[in-house]
Amino acid sequence: MLNQITLILCCHLAGELISKFFNLPAPGPVIGMVLLLSLLIWRGRIGEDLEKTASSLLDNLSLLFVPAGVGVMLHFERLSTDWLPITFALIGSTIATIMVTGYVMQWLSTGAQQITKPTGEEQ
Amino acid sequence: MQAYEDFWTYLHTSPLTHLTLTLLAYQAGSWLYRKGGMHPLLNPVLFAVIIVVSALSLTGTSYADYFEGAQFVHFLLGPATVALAIPLYLEYERVKKSALAIFVSLVAGSLTAIITALGIGYLLNGSKITLLSVAPKSVTTPVAMGISEQLGGLPSLTAILVILTGIVGAMLGPLILNLIRVTDKPARGLAMGTASHGIGTARALQVSKTAGAFSGLAMGLNALATALLLPLIWNWLF
Repeated sequence: MLNQITLILCCHLAGELISKFFNLPAPGPVIGMVLLLSLLIWRGRIGEDLEKTASSLLDNLSLLFVPAGVGVMLHFERLSTDWLPITFALIGSTIATIMVTGYVMQWLSTGAQQITKPTGEEQ
Repeated sequence: MQAYEDFWTYLHTSPLTHLTLTLLAYQAGSWLYRKGGMHPLLNPVLFAVIIVVSALSLTGTSYADYFEGAQFVHFLLGPATVALAIPLYLEYERVKKSALAIFVSLVAGSLTAIITALGIGYLLNGSKITLLSVAPKSVTTPVAMGISEQLGGLPSLTAILVILTGIVGAMLGPLILNLIRVTDKPARGLAMGTASHGIGTARALQVSKTAGAFSGLAMGLNALATALLLPLIWNWLF
């Protein structure tokens, strides 16, 4: 258990250092994710302990966004002055992004026929 | 179960009420979410934030005081992002096979996110600072804040717009994907991660490990794509 946490933290720290040192556009944790992935590919397996540790973190991933989300209380004033463009840009753009990404990916990976078929046969 | 408890024990060294409040609020949100059959509109993050903000406002507590306790939960975001390597590794073969499709969809999604955010904001007379703060909204917080700062937006406003985008994506994403009949798990995951980073990924993981893996991947890739594309588009348009 401790080994696995240490491994994850080492990847995190290495990622932070690489990101800062080379002034990369990707943040430390994302580079840490790439490092851990490379390690797993090199090792060829995950190991039960690491899988358990990872899922104890990931099963609660939503929780980890709550403290940052509460930060909304600092910006009520700013949000209310430009609320119209902010609300519509945020919701409209999120919907458009989800539609485009999902549609293009499904179209490219499973072929056009699945999308253009009439309703009712999704597997 | 042991692993779970071990992991959270170190949190107990800080006896602060705000940490407990965060967990209780989230538990309440999760309870409602499960009661409602994990319907995406009952997003647990949204409910937890509403509960905590109400409690803090009622007791006149500042965000800084709250964060003293809540930082322990916040800190785990980094390690959790690193841990996304595990579901990703489990899908590695599939990712490799569809690398080109992933690349094309991701660039299409990233461009859509940037252009529609700027376009809608511009049409509705958003100020320049607002436009710049909204534009990187689909990207994970540290990157979004960096981009916003670099171009002249407000990083702290961007941070909160990122979280709100995550919540909107987690709530509406599954419904929209059902509506346009995107049923392929990798495609659903990729869409959630591209548009709504970690919060979308959290939702995708709850539904399917495969979708979660692709969502985590998209989150990382879109951070890179937006960091490269947004400054180019901004300088080109304005």
